[in-house]
Amino acid sequence: MALTLKQMRHVAKLARLELSDEKLTHYMHAINALLEHFETLQAMPLDTVEPTSHSIPVFNAFREDCVEEPLSRDLALMNAPEARDGLFIVPRIVEE
Amino acid sequence: MELHLKTLSELRTLLDRGEISAPELTEAVLNQMAQVDPKVQAYLTQTSDLAHLMAQQAQERLQQGERTPLLGIPIGIKDNLCTAGIRTTCASKILHNFVPPYDATVVLKLRAQGAVFVGKLNMDEFAMGSSTEFSAFQVTRNPWDLERVPGGSSGGSAAAVASHTAIATLGSDTGGSIRQPAAFCGVVGLKPTYGRVSRYGLIAYASSLDQIGPLTKTVEDCAIMLSAISGHDPRDATSVNQPVPDFRKSLRPEVKGLKIGVPREMFGQGVHPEVALRVRDAIQSLEEEGAEVHEVSIPMMEQGLAIYYILAPAECSSNLARYDGVRYGLRVGAEKGHIGMMEATRAEGFGDEVIQRIIIGTYALSSGYYDAFYLKAQKGRTLLRQEFDRVFQQVDVLMGPTAPTPAFRIGELVGDPLAMKLSDVLTIPVNLAGLPGLSVPCGLMEGLPVGLQIIGKPFDEATVLRVGYAYEQKAGLLEQLRHPTGLA
Repeated sequence: MALTLKQMRHVAKLARLELSDEKLTHYMHAINALLEHFETLQAMPLDTVEPTSHSIPVFNAFREDCVEEPLSRDLALMNAPEARDGLFIVPRIVEE
Repeated sequence: MELHLKTLSELRTLLDRGEISAPELTEAVLNQMAQVDPKVQAYLTQTSDLAHLMAQQAQERLQQGERTPLLGIPIGIKDNLCTAGIRTTCASKILHNFVPPYDATVVLKLRAQGAVFVGKLNMDEFAMGSSTEFSAFQVTRNPWDLERVPGGSSGGSAAAVASHTAIATLGSDTGGSIRQPAAFCGVVGLKPTYGRVSRYGLIAYASSLDQIGPLTKTVEDCAIMLSAISGHDPRDATSVNQPVPDFRKSLRPEVKGLKIGVPREMFGQGVHPEVALRVRDAIQSLEEEGAEVHEVSIPMMEQGLAIYYILAPAECSSNLARYDGVRYGLRVGAEKGHIGMMEATRAEGFGDEVIQRIIIGTYALSSGYYDAFYLKAQKGRTLLRQEFDRVFQQVDVLMGPTAPTPAFRIGELVGDPLAMKLSDVLTIPVNLAGLPGLSVPCGLMEGLPVGLQIIGKPFDEATVLRVGYAYEQKAGLLEQLRHPTGLA
Protein backbone atom coordinates (compact mmCIF):
# COMPACT_ATOMS: atom_id res chain seq x y z
CA MET A 1 0.00 0.00 0.00
CA ALA A 2 2.78 2.42 -0.92
CA LEU A 3 1.93 6.09 -1.27
CA THR A 4 2.54 7.83 -4.61
CA LEU A 5 3.64 11.43 -5.03
CA LYS A 6 0.14 12.28 -6.24
CA GLN A 7 -1.36 10.85 -3.06
CA MET A 8 1.24 12.67 -0.99
CA ARG A 9 0.17 15.98 -2.58
CA HIS A 10 -3.47 15.21 -1.84
CA VAL A 11 -2.81 14.25 1.79
CA ALA A 12 -0.60 17.32 2.35
CA LYS A 13 -3.46 19.46 1.08
CA LEU A 14 -5.91 17.76 3.42
CA ALA A 15 -3.51 18.33 6.31
CA ARG A 16 -2.91 21.98 5.34
CA LEU A 17 0.81 21.60 4.79
CA GLU A 18 2.57 23.65 2.12
CA LEU A 19 5.33 21.29 0.97
CA SER A 20 7.47 21.21 -2.17
CA ASP A 21 7.54 18.06 -4.32
CA GLU A 22 11.12 17.61 -3.21
CA LYS A 23 10.10 17.54 0.46
CA LEU A 24 7.10 15.35 -0.29
CA THR A 25 9.28 12.84 -2.13
CA HIS A 26 11.68 12.74 0.80
CA TYR A 27 8.83 12.10 3.26
CA MET A 28 7.24 9.57 0.90
CA HIS A 29 10.30 7.31 0.98
CA ALA A 30 10.43 7.35 4.78
CA ILE A 31 6.69 6.78 5.14
CA ASN A 32 6.60 3.95 2.60
CA ALA A 33 9.44 2.17 4.37
CA LEU A 34 7.39 2.26 7.57
CA LEU A 35 4.11 1.20 5.96
CA GLU A 36 5.87 -1.69 4.29
CA HIS A 37 7.22 -2.91 7.60
CA PHE A 38 3.77 -2.73 9.16
CA GLU A 39 2.02 -4.69 6.43
CA THR A 40 1.94 -7.76 8.69
CA LEU A 41 -1.18 -6.31 10.27
CA GLN A 42 -2.93 -6.21 6.91
CA ALA A 43 -2.65 -9.97 6.62
CA MET A 44 -4.33 -10.71 9.96
CA PRO A 45 -7.86 -12.15 9.99
CA LEU A 46 -9.64 -9.42 11.94
CA ASP A 47 -13.07 -9.34 10.29
CA THR A 48 -14.99 -10.60 13.29
CA VAL A 49 -13.08 -8.56 15.89
CA GLU A 50 -14.65 -5.50 17.49
CA PRO A 51 -12.50 -2.34 17.29
CA THR A 52 -11.09 -0.71 20.45
CA SER A 53 -10.92 3.06 20.59
CA HIS A 54 -10.21 3.30 24.31
CA SER A 55 -8.27 0.96 26.54
CA ILE A 56 -10.53 1.44 29.55
CA PRO A 57 -14.30 1.00 29.59
CA VAL A 58 -15.36 4.64 29.91
CA PHE A 59 -18.58 5.59 28.18
CA ASN A 60 -20.48 8.80 28.70
CA ALA A 61 -19.01 11.00 31.41
CA PHE A 62 -21.66 13.40 32.65
CA ARG A 63 -21.44 16.35 35.01
CA GLU A 64 -23.95 18.76 36.43
CA ASP A 65 -24.99 21.39 33.91
CA CYS A 66 -23.81 24.41 35.87
CA VAL A 67 -22.14 27.60 34.73
CA GLU A 68 -18.50 28.03 35.60
CA GLU A 69 -16.13 30.93 35.20
CA PRO A 70 -14.77 30.76 31.64
CA LEU A 71 -11.31 31.84 30.48
CA SER A 72 -11.38 35.64 30.30
CA ARG A 73 -11.21 37.32 26.90
CA ASP A 74 -7.86 38.91 27.76
CA LEU A 75 -6.34 35.57 28.69
CA ALA A 76 -7.79 33.90 25.61
CA LEU A 77 -6.21 36.57 23.42
CA MET A 78 -2.85 36.83 25.18
CA ASN A 79 -1.10 34.47 22.74
CA ALA A 80 -2.81 35.69 19.58
CA PRO A 81 -0.42 36.43 16.69
CA GLU A 82 -2.65 39.43 16.01
CA ALA A 83 -5.57 40.78 18.05
CA ARG A 84 -7.58 43.99 18.06
CA ASP A 85 -10.67 45.21 19.90
CA GLY A 86 -10.94 41.95 21.79
CA LEU A 87 -10.90 39.86 18.60
CA PHE A 88 -8.49 37.55 16.77
CA ILE A 89 -7.37 39.15 13.52
CA VAL A 90 -7.00 36.81 10.51
CA PRO A 91 -6.55 37.34 6.77
CA ARG A 92 -9.78 38.25 4.96
CA ILE A 93 -11.89 35.12 4.38
CA VAL A 94 -14.74 36.61 2.30
CA GLU A 95 -14.29 38.53 -0.93
CA GLU A 96 -15.22 42.20 -1.00
CA MET B 1 26.09 14.16 51.19
CA GLU B 2 25.18 17.19 49.14
CA LEU B 3 21.46 17.93 49.18
CA HIS B 4 20.81 17.66 45.45
CA LEU B 5 22.09 14.08 45.48
CA LYS B 6 19.49 12.95 48.00
CA THR B 7 16.18 11.28 47.25
CA LEU B 8 12.79 12.89 47.68
CA SER B 9 12.01 10.74 50.72
CA GLU B 10 15.35 11.55 52.39
CA LEU B 11 14.80 15.26 51.78
CA ARG B 12 11.22 15.01 53.08
CA THR B 13 12.52 13.83 56.44
CA LEU B 14 15.19 16.55 56.60
CA LEU B 15 12.70 19.31 55.72
CA ASP B 16 10.06 18.05 58.16
CA ARG B 17 12.59 17.89 61.00
CA GLY B 18 13.78 21.40 60.21
CA GLU B 19 17.34 20.16 59.60
CA ILE B 20 17.36 21.89 56.23
CA SER B 21 15.20 24.67 54.76
CA ALA B 22 13.35 24.71 51.46
CA PRO B 23 15.36 27.72 50.13
CA GLU B 24 18.60 25.92 51.03
CA LEU B 25 17.51 22.83 49.11
CA THR B 26 16.35 24.84 46.09
CA GLU B 27 19.65 26.70 46.08
CA ALA B 28 21.56 23.39 46.02
CA VAL B 29 19.53 22.14 43.05
CA LEU B 30 19.87 25.43 41.15
CA ASN B 31 23.64 25.41 41.76
CA GLN B 32 23.85 21.91 40.37
CA MET B 33 21.80 23.06 37.37
CA ALA B 34 24.18 25.96 36.76
CA GLN B 35 27.10 23.56 36.86
CA VAL B 36 25.92 20.58 34.83
CA ASP B 37 23.01 21.65 32.66
CA PRO B 38 25.21 23.50 30.17
CA LYS B 39 26.60 20.02 29.41
CA VAL B 40 23.40 17.97 29.73
CA GLN B 41 20.97 20.56 28.27
CA ALA B 42 17.90 19.04 29.89
CA TYR B 43 16.12 22.35 30.42
CA LEU B 44 14.41 24.50 27.79
CA THR B 45 13.38 27.09 30.38
CA GLN B 46 14.93 27.54 33.81
CA THR B 47 12.70 29.28 36.33
CA SER B 48 15.13 30.17 39.10
CA ASP B 49 13.37 33.38 40.21
CA LEU B 50 10.07 31.55 40.51
CA ALA B 51 11.84 28.67 42.30
CA HIS B 52 13.28 31.04 44.93
CA LEU B 53 9.83 32.51 45.51
CA MET B 54 8.11 29.13 45.73
CA ALA B 55 10.82 27.84 48.09
CA GLN B 56 10.27 30.82 50.37
CA GLN B 57 6.52 30.18 50.40
CA ALA B 58 7.10 26.48 51.08
CA GLN B 59 9.35 27.38 54.00
CA GLU B 60 6.60 29.53 55.53
CA ARG B 61 4.17 26.63 55.22
CA LEU B 62 6.69 24.29 56.84
CA GLN B 63 7.18 26.71 59.71
CA GLN B 64 3.42 26.82 60.22
CA GLY B 65 3.58 23.08 60.78
CA GLU B 66 2.31 21.86 57.41
CA ARG B 67 3.58 18.37 56.49
CA THR B 68 2.73 17.35 52.94
CA PRO B 69 4.78 15.02 50.72
CA LEU B 70 6.03 17.54 48.13
CA LEU B 71 6.27 20.70 50.23
CA GLY B 72 9.55 22.43 49.33
CA ILE B 73 10.70 19.76 46.83
CA PRO B 74 12.33 21.07 43.58
CA ILE B 75 10.57 19.54 40.59
CA GLY B 76 11.08 19.84 36.81
CA ILE B 77 8.20 19.63 34.35
CA LYS B 78 8.16 18.34 30.78
CA ASP B 79 7.53 21.16 28.35
CA ASN B 80 4.26 19.70 27.05
CA LEU B 81 2.51 20.35 30.38
CA CYS B 82 0.84 23.74 30.55
CA THR B 83 2.21 26.01 33.26
CA ALA B 84 0.31 29.29 33.71
CA GLY B 85 2.61 32.20 32.98
CA ILE B 86 5.60 29.98 32.10
CA ARG B 87 6.46 29.45 28.44
CA THR B 88 5.42 25.99 27.23
CA THR B 89 6.80 25.06 23.81
CA CYS B 90 6.35 21.31 23.37
CA ALA B 91 9.88 21.68 21.93
CA SER B 92 8.26 22.96 18.74
CA LYS B 93 8.88 26.06 16.69
CA ILE B 94 5.13 26.37 16.25
CA LEU B 95 4.71 27.04 20.02
CA HIS B 96 8.04 28.83 20.54
CA ASN B 97 6.34 31.82 22.19
CA PHE B 98 3.32 30.16 23.83
CA VAL B 99 2.59 31.16 27.43
CA PRO B 100 -0.36 29.15 28.73
CA PRO B 101 -3.14 31.07 30.46
CA TYR B 102 -3.85 28.08 32.73
CA ASP B 103 -2.18 25.22 34.57
CA ALA B 104 -2.46 21.54 33.70
CA THR B 105 -4.29 19.71 36.48
CA VAL B 106 -1.09 17.91 37.55
CA VAL B 107 0.73 21.26 37.72
CA LEU B 108 -2.08 22.71 39.82
CA LYS B 109 -1.82 19.73 42.16
CA LEU B 110 1.95 20.21 42.54
CA ARG B 111 1.48 23.93 43.25
CA ALA B 112 -1.20 23.22 45.86
CA GLN B 113 1.17 20.80 47.60
CA GLY B 114 3.96 23.35 47.74
CA ALA B 115 6.37 21.83 45.20
CA VAL B 116 9.04 24.19 43.83
CA PHE B 117 9.20 24.55 40.03
CA VAL B 118 12.77 24.73 38.73
CA GLY B 119 12.07 24.64 34.99
CA LYS B 120 10.60 23.15 31.84
CA LEU B 121 12.25 20.12 30.29
CA ASN B 122 13.33 19.29 26.78
CA MET B 123 11.59 16.58 24.77
CA ASP B 124 11.04 15.36 21.24
CA GLU B 125 8.77 17.81 19.43
CA PHE B 126 5.16 17.12 20.47
CA ALA B 127 6.48 14.00 22.28
CA MET B 128 7.11 12.25 18.96
CA GLY B 129 10.44 10.48 19.13
CA SER B 130 12.63 8.21 21.22
CA SER B 131 15.83 10.21 21.66
CA THR B 132 14.95 13.90 22.29
CA GLU B 133 16.92 14.63 19.10
CA PHE B 134 13.67 15.79 17.47
CA SER B 135 13.45 18.82 19.76
CA ALA B 136 13.35 21.98 17.64
CA PHE B 137 15.70 23.70 20.10
CA GLN B 138 18.49 21.53 21.52
CA VAL B 139 19.84 18.03 21.92
CA THR B 140 19.82 16.71 25.48
CA ARG B 141 22.70 14.46 26.47
CA ASN B 142 22.75 11.31 28.55
CA PRO B 143 24.43 11.95 31.93
CA TRP B 144 26.07 8.51 31.71
CA ASP B 145 27.78 9.32 28.42
CA LEU B 146 27.43 12.78 26.94
CA GLU B 147 27.85 11.40 23.43
CA ARG B 148 24.66 9.37 23.82
CA VAL B 149 20.96 10.21 23.80
CA PRO B 150 18.91 10.29 27.01
CA GLY B 151 16.04 8.50 25.25
CA GLY B 152 12.74 10.12 24.57
CA SER B 153 10.46 11.67 24.33
CA SER B 154 10.79 12.67 28.02
CA GLY B 155 14.59 12.81 27.63
CA GLY B 156 14.93 16.09 29.52
CA SER B 157 12.85 14.75 32.40
CA ALA B 158 15.05 11.64 32.73
CA ALA B 159 18.37 13.45 32.26
CA ALA B 160 17.43 16.07 34.88
CA VAL B 161 16.73 13.42 37.53
CA ALA B 162 19.92 11.50 36.66
CA SER B 163 22.04 14.67 36.76
CA HIS B 164 20.37 15.86 40.01
CA THR B 165 19.09 19.13 38.53
CA ALA B 166 15.64 18.22 39.88
CA ILE B 167 14.67 15.91 42.73
CA ALA B 168 11.85 14.47 40.61
CA THR B 169 10.21 15.34 37.31
CA LEU B 170 7.01 14.84 35.36
CA GLY B 171 6.97 13.30 31.92
CA SER B 172 4.37 11.89 29.55
CA ASP B 173 4.22 8.48 27.94
CA THR B 174 2.35 7.67 24.72
CA GLY B 175 4.43 4.69 23.54
CA GLY B 176 7.22 4.51 26.11
CA SER B 177 8.22 8.14 26.51
CA ILE B 178 8.66 7.92 30.29
CA ARG B 179 9.94 4.36 30.65
CA GLN B 180 12.48 4.26 27.81
CA PRO B 181 14.35 7.46 28.86
CA ALA B 182 14.16 6.31 32.50
CA ALA B 183 15.89 3.09 31.42
CA PHE B 184 18.50 4.95 29.33
CA CYS B 185 19.35 7.38 32.17
CA GLY B 186 19.27 4.91 35.08
CA VAL B 187 16.25 6.38 36.88
CA VAL B 188 12.79 5.13 37.83
CA GLY B 189 9.87 6.00 35.52
CA LEU B 190 6.20 5.09 35.70
CA LYS B 191 3.44 5.23 33.14
CA PRO B 192 0.25 4.97 35.19
CA THR B 193 -2.89 3.17 34.04
CA TYR B 194 -4.73 5.17 31.37
CA GLY B 195 -7.23 7.30 33.29
CA ARG B 196 -5.32 7.30 36.61
CA VAL B 197 -3.93 10.82 36.07
CA SER B 198 -5.81 13.73 34.51
CA ARG B 199 -4.54 14.76 31.07
CA TYR B 200 -6.10 18.23 31.29
CA GLY B 201 -3.41 20.69 30.22
CA LEU B 202 -1.16 18.03 28.69
CA ILE B 203 -0.64 19.16 25.10
CA ALA B 204 -2.21 16.24 23.26
CA TYR B 205 -0.33 13.89 20.95
CA ALA B 206 -2.45 10.70 20.85
CA SER B 207 -5.27 11.12 23.32
CA SER B 208 -6.21 7.46 23.76
CA LEU B 209 -2.60 6.58 24.66
CA ASP B 210 -1.11 9.65 26.41
CA GLN B 211 -0.59 9.46 30.15
CA ILE B 212 1.39 11.68 32.55
CA GLY B 213 3.73 10.09 35.08
CA PRO B 214 6.74 10.65 37.35
CA LEU B 215 10.47 10.11 36.86
CA THR B 216 12.38 9.76 40.12
CA LYS B 217 15.54 8.47 41.76
CA THR B 218 13.83 5.61 43.62
CA VAL B 219 10.64 3.57 43.57
CA GLU B 220 9.59 5.09 46.89
CA ASP B 221 9.89 8.59 45.39
CA CYS B 222 7.84 7.38 42.43
CA ALA B 223 5.07 6.20 44.78
CA ILE B 224 5.03 9.60 46.50
CA MET B 225 4.77 11.44 43.19
CA LEU B 226 2.06 9.14 41.86
CA SER B 227 -0.14 9.70 44.90
CA ALA B 228 0.36 13.44 44.45
CA ILE B 229 -0.80 13.61 40.82
CA SER B 230 -3.50 10.90 40.63
CA GLY B 231 -7.24 11.25 40.83
CA HIS B 232 -10.44 11.94 38.97
CA ASP B 233 -10.74 15.35 37.30
CA PRO B 234 -14.01 16.68 35.88
CA ARG B 235 -11.90 18.45 33.23
CA ASP B 236 -10.70 15.14 31.76
CA ALA B 237 -13.64 12.91 30.91
CA THR B 238 -11.30 9.93 30.55
CA SER B 239 -9.88 10.27 34.05
CA VAL B 240 -11.36 7.51 36.15
CA ASN B 241 -13.12 7.82 39.47
CA GLN B 242 -11.03 5.28 41.35
CA PRO B 243 -9.84 5.68 44.93
CA VAL B 244 -6.23 6.94 45.11
CA PRO B 245 -4.33 4.95 47.70
CA ASP B 246 -1.24 6.23 49.46
CA PHE B 247 1.04 4.21 47.18
CA ARG B 248 3.92 4.54 49.62
CA LYS B 249 2.03 2.29 52.03
CA SER B 250 2.08 -0.58 49.55
CA LEU B 251 5.88 -0.66 49.50
CA ARG B 252 7.04 -3.81 51.26
CA PRO B 253 10.08 -5.74 50.07
CA GLU B 254 7.89 -8.82 49.91
CA VAL B 255 7.30 -10.97 46.84
CA LYS B 256 6.67 -14.44 48.33
CA GLY B 257 4.01 -16.18 46.25
CA LEU B 258 3.90 -13.38 43.68
CA LYS B 259 3.29 -14.73 40.18
CA ILE B 260 5.60 -13.15 37.59
CA GLY B 261 4.85 -13.73 33.92
CA VAL B 262 7.75 -13.44 31.49
CA PRO B 263 6.44 -12.94 27.94
CA ARG B 264 8.72 -14.69 25.50
CA GLU B 265 7.98 -11.95 22.92
CA MET B 266 9.87 -9.49 25.15
CA PHE B 267 13.12 -11.39 24.63
CA GLY B 268 12.88 -11.78 20.88
CA GLN B 269 14.88 -10.54 17.96
CA GLY B 270 16.48 -7.15 18.46
CA VAL B 271 16.90 -7.45 22.22
CA HIS B 272 20.60 -7.15 23.01
CA PRO B 273 21.80 -10.37 24.71
CA GLU B 274 23.44 -8.36 27.52
CA VAL B 275 20.15 -6.55 28.17
CA ALA B 276 18.28 -9.85 28.24
CA LEU B 277 20.87 -11.22 30.67
CA ARG B 278 20.55 -8.29 33.12
CA VAL B 279 16.77 -8.55 33.05
CA ARG B 280 16.74 -12.33 33.50
CA ASP B 281 19.11 -11.93 36.46
CA ALA B 282 16.74 -9.38 37.99
CA ILE B 283 13.77 -11.74 37.57
CA GLN B 284 15.79 -14.59 39.06
CA SER B 285 16.67 -12.49 42.09
CA LEU B 286 12.94 -12.10 42.79
CA GLU B 287 12.45 -15.84 42.30
CA GLU B 288 15.07 -16.38 44.99
CA GLU B 289 12.90 -14.25 47.27
CA GLY B 290 9.95 -16.58 46.76
CA ALA B 291 8.24 -15.28 43.62
CA GLU B 292 6.96 -17.82 41.08
CA VAL B 293 8.15 -17.25 37.53
CA HIS B 294 6.04 -18.43 34.56
CA GLU B 295 6.95 -18.12 30.93
CA VAL B 296 3.94 -16.74 29.03
CA SER B 297 3.16 -15.69 25.49
CA ILE B 298 1.45 -12.56 24.15
CA PRO B 299 1.80 -13.04 20.37
CA MET B 300 0.04 -9.77 19.52
CA MET B 301 2.88 -7.83 21.17
CA GLU B 302 4.71 -8.38 17.89
CA GLN B 303 2.00 -6.39 16.09
CA GLY B 304 2.18 -3.56 18.64
CA LEU B 305 4.40 -1.28 16.58
CA ALA B 306 2.24 -1.71 13.46
CA ILE B 307 -0.94 -0.92 15.41
CA TYR B 308 0.65 2.05 17.15
CA TYR B 309 2.02 3.63 13.98
CA ILE B 310 -1.48 3.81 12.56
CA LEU B 311 -3.43 4.83 15.68
CA ALA B 312 -0.99 7.36 17.16
CA PRO B 313 -0.45 9.29 13.89
CA ALA B 314 -4.21 9.22 13.22
CA GLU B 315 -4.92 10.79 16.61
CA CYS B 316 -1.99 13.18 16.17
CA SER B 317 -3.22 14.39 12.79
CA SER B 318 -6.50 15.33 14.42
CA ASN B 319 -5.01 16.82 17.61
CA LEU B 320 -2.45 18.93 15.75
CA ALA B 321 -5.07 20.44 13.45
CA ARG B 322 -5.42 23.22 16.03
CA TYR B 323 -2.03 24.73 15.15
CA ASP B 324 -3.14 27.01 12.35
CA GLY B 325 -1.58 30.37 13.17
CA VAL B 326 -4.90 31.87 14.27
CA ARG B 327 -5.12 31.86 18.06
CA TYR B 328 -1.60 31.19 19.36
CA GLY B 329 1.90 30.25 18.33
CA LEU B 330 3.67 30.88 15.08
CA ARG B 331 2.00 32.68 12.16
CA VAL B 332 3.63 33.03 8.75
CA GLY B 333 2.27 33.88 5.32
CA ALA B 334 -0.61 36.12 6.43
CA GLU B 335 -0.43 37.71 2.96
CA LYS B 336 -1.41 34.37 1.37
CA GLY B 337 -4.99 34.41 2.59
CA HIS B 338 -6.34 32.29 5.43
CA ILE B 339 -5.75 28.85 3.86
CA GLY B 340 -2.33 29.86 2.58
CA MET B 341 -1.46 31.19 6.02
CA MET B 342 -2.41 27.90 7.68
CA GLU B 343 -0.45 25.86 5.14
CA ALA B 344 2.64 28.02 5.42
CA THR B 345 2.48 28.25 9.21
CA ARG B 346 2.21 24.50 9.66
CA ALA B 347 4.93 23.65 7.13
CA GLU B 348 7.27 26.16 8.74
CA GLY B 349 6.36 25.42 12.38
CA PHE B 350 6.44 21.62 12.49
CA GLY B 351 9.60 19.52 12.24
CA ASP B 352 10.09 16.57 9.86
CA GLU B 353 9.03 13.84 12.29
CA VAL B 354 5.81 15.63 13.22
CA ILE B 355 4.97 16.30 9.57
CA GLN B 356 5.51 12.65 8.68
CA ARG B 357 3.19 11.50 11.44
CA ILE B 358 0.54 14.03 10.41
CA ILE B 359 0.76 12.73 6.84
CA ILE B 360 0.53 9.05 7.90
CA GLY B 361 -2.42 9.84 10.15
CA THR B 362 -4.26 11.93 7.59
CA TYR B 363 -3.75 9.18 5.02
CA ALA B 364 -4.94 6.46 7.42
CA LEU B 365 -8.11 8.39 8.16
CA SER B 366 -8.79 9.57 4.62
CA SER B 367 -11.68 8.37 2.51
CA GLY B 368 -11.10 4.89 1.11
CA TYR B 369 -8.26 3.99 3.48
CA TYR B 370 -10.00 4.14 6.86
CA ASP B 371 -11.06 0.48 6.89
CA ALA B 372 -7.71 -0.79 5.62
CA PHE B 373 -5.64 1.10 8.19
CA TYR B 374 -7.40 2.74 11.09
CA LEU B 375 -10.18 0.23 11.67
CA LYS B 376 -7.80 -2.67 11.25
CA ALA B 377 -5.42 -1.21 13.81
CA GLN B 378 -8.28 -0.68 16.26
CA LYS B 379 -9.23 -4.33 15.85
CA GLY B 380 -5.63 -5.40 16.39
CA ARG B 381 -5.70 -3.34 19.56
CA THR B 382 -8.68 -5.36 20.79
CA LEU B 383 -6.82 -8.65 20.30
CA LEU B 384 -3.76 -7.31 22.10
CA ARG B 385 -5.88 -6.19 25.06
CA GLN B 386 -7.59 -9.57 25.19
CA GLU B 387 -4.24 -11.35 25.27
CA PHE B 388 -3.06 -9.19 28.18
CA ASP B 389 -6.38 -9.88 29.99
CA ARG B 390 -5.94 -13.61 29.51
CA VAL B 391 -2.37 -13.64 30.79
CA PHE B 392 -3.30 -11.50 33.79
CA GLN B 393 -5.75 -14.19 34.89
CA GLN B 394 -2.70 -16.33 35.60
CA VAL B 395 -0.04 -13.89 36.81
CA ASP B 396 0.18 -10.74 38.96
CA VAL B 397 2.76 -8.83 36.92
CA LEU B 398 4.69 -9.18 33.68
CA MET B 399 8.41 -8.53 33.40
CA GLY B 400 10.85 -7.92 30.61
CA PRO B 401 13.30 -5.30 29.39
CA THR B 402 12.12 -1.69 29.04
CA ALA B 403 14.09 -1.12 25.84
CA PRO B 404 15.91 -3.62 23.59
CA THR B 405 19.26 -1.82 23.92
CA PRO B 406 20.93 0.71 26.19
CA ALA B 407 21.24 4.37 25.09
CA PHE B 408 22.44 4.76 21.51
CA ARG B 409 24.79 7.44 20.19
CA ILE B 410 23.58 10.90 19.24
CA GLY B 411 22.90 10.87 15.49
CA GLU B 412 23.17 7.08 15.27
CA LEU B 413 19.51 6.39 14.39
CA VAL B 414 18.26 9.75 13.12
CA GLY B 415 18.54 8.61 9.50
CA ASP B 416 16.94 5.24 10.20
CA PRO B 417 13.36 5.92 11.26
CA LEU B 418 12.45 2.27 11.65
CA ALA B 419 15.41 1.45 13.91
CA MET B 420 14.56 4.46 16.08
CA LYS B 421 10.97 3.28 16.39
CA LEU B 422 12.06 -0.24 17.34
CA SER B 423 13.43 1.31 20.52
CA ASP B 424 9.80 1.46 21.75
CA VAL B 425 8.78 -2.04 20.69
CA LEU B 426 8.62 -3.31 24.29
CA THR B 427 6.78 -0.34 25.76
CA ILE B 428 4.17 0.45 23.08
CA PRO B 429 1.94 -2.60 23.74
CA VAL B 430 1.46 -1.39 27.33
CA ASN B 431 0.01 1.94 26.13
CA LEU B 432 -2.26 0.20 23.63
CA ALA B 433 -3.70 -1.89 26.47
CA GLY B 434 -3.81 1.09 28.88
CA LEU B 435 -1.82 -0.78 31.56
CA PRO B 436 0.57 0.61 34.20
CA GLY B 437 4.26 0.08 33.42
CA LEU B 438 7.30 0.83 35.56
CA SER B 439 10.95 0.96 34.55
CA VAL B 440 13.50 0.27 37.31
CA PRO B 441 17.27 0.25 36.72
CA CYS B 442 18.63 -3.31 36.83
CA GLY B 443 22.33 -2.79 36.30
CA LEU B 444 24.82 -1.47 33.80
CA MET B 445 26.00 -2.87 30.51
CA GLU B 446 29.27 -1.43 29.20
CA GLY B 447 28.79 1.43 31.62
CA LEU B 448 25.24 2.23 30.48
CA PRO B 449 22.06 1.67 32.50
CA VAL B 450 19.59 -1.09 31.64
CA GLY B 451 15.90 -0.93 32.60
CA LEU B 452 13.66 -3.69 33.96
CA GLN B 453 10.03 -3.18 32.96
CA ILE B 454 7.25 -4.27 35.31
CA ILE B 455 3.75 -4.29 33.82
CA GLY B 456 0.62 -4.58 35.97
CA LYS B 457 -3.12 -5.04 35.80
CA PRO B 458 -5.22 -1.91 35.22
CA PHE B 459 -5.16 0.34 38.32
CA ASP B 460 -2.83 -2.04 40.14
CA GLU B 461 0.09 0.38 40.39
CA ALA B 462 0.36 -0.68 44.06
CA THR B 463 1.59 -4.16 43.08
CA VAL B 464 3.84 -2.83 40.31
CA LEU B 465 5.50 -0.41 42.74
CA ARG B 466 5.80 -3.04 45.48
CA VAL B 467 7.59 -5.43 43.12
CA GLY B 468 9.82 -2.61 41.84
CA TYR B 469 10.64 -1.67 45.42
CA ALA B 470 11.41 -5.26 46.39
CA TYR B 471 13.77 -5.57 43.43
CA GLU B 472 15.43 -2.23 44.12
CA GLN B 473 16.09 -3.20 47.76
CA LYS B 474 17.53 -6.56 46.74
CA ALA B 475 19.66 -5.18 43.90
CA GLY B 476 21.34 -2.48 45.98
CA LEU B 477 22.29 -0.34 42.98
CA LEU B 478 21.21 3.05 44.34
CA GLU B 479 24.64 4.26 45.42
CA GLN B 480 26.14 3.43 42.02
CA LEU B 481 23.23 5.05 40.18
CA ARG B 482 23.66 8.28 42.11
CA HIS B 483 26.87 9.05 40.23
CA PRO B 484 26.43 9.00 36.44
CA THR B 485 29.82 8.55 34.84
CA GLY B 486 29.36 11.14 32.08
CA LEU B 487 29.45 13.90 34.70
CA ALA B 488 32.42 12.59 36.67
